[in-house]
Amino acid sequence: MSGEPKTSPGSALLVLGCPQVPVQTSIALYLINRLKKSGFVPVVAGNKAANTLLVIADPDRHYLGEVMDLDRAVAMISDKKRDFDRCFVFIHNDAGISYAATMGAISRAKVFTLVYGEHYDDLVKQIDFPCTIIAAKAVHNPLPLKKALDEVTPWAA
Amino acid sequence: MGCVESMNYEILLRDQSFKECREYVRQHFKEYIDVQPGFKVFDVHLIGLPPIAIGLEGDFIVFPYTKPCHGTFLLRMEDTAEAARLRTFKK
Repeated sequence: MSGEPKTSPGSALLVLGCPQVPVQTSIALYLINRLKKSGFVPVVAGNKAANTLLVIADPDRHYLGEVMDLDRAVAMISDKKRDFDRCFVFIHNDAGISYAATMGAISRAKVFTLVYGEHYDDLVKQIDFPCTIIAAKAVHNPLPLKKALDEVTPWAA
Repeated sequence: MGCVESMNYEILLRDQSFKECREYVRQHFKEYIDVQPGFKVFDVHLIGLPPIAIGLEGDFIVFPYTKPCHGTFLLRMEDTAEAARLRTFKK
């Protein structure tokens, strides 16, 4: 396709959280699109519910590429069988913080944390490990988080 | 689902933050080891902020188990061989 880089800048893992906050699925598809346009190969890792929301929303896989179980992704990275260049962790609860810290510890990927939800500011205060924080109070409306993403442009090479 | 979920376990804590689970292990178990995220206990690669504290009490192992929708549980499970293996990581 014209306008897209000829060589891939690498792979990007999207670590999904619990899908109970609606903006996650929308922002994940948006981020996948931006990453693909920049030449990244995006891979999604989530639990069954989070993955299914994406797969059902994109049946012809215009956006989605590889989708895998989150536990499997953690196992493969921990066992040094696979790794990624960038890692985006979706956070709206304490478990999300734990997954992000884990990715920072087991992967060589540059970690970006996408923090959202009603209590996003309390969660941001708990992040004390190296990562780029992208945060906004977004629950049903994805636009504040999209705006924060666009300001950081994590898909830039 | 890991095999941990099909084994006998006791939930010591639920609906707690990961850090609260770590402090609980350090305060309630004389014997514990600190490990890094991704460390394997049974078939589970541990999730959490480093260091992750694993408590040991005889043949019982106490460790955090995190799921995206349910947060962190502190589980207590009995396994002689696994407890012995974990003790080899004591400094």
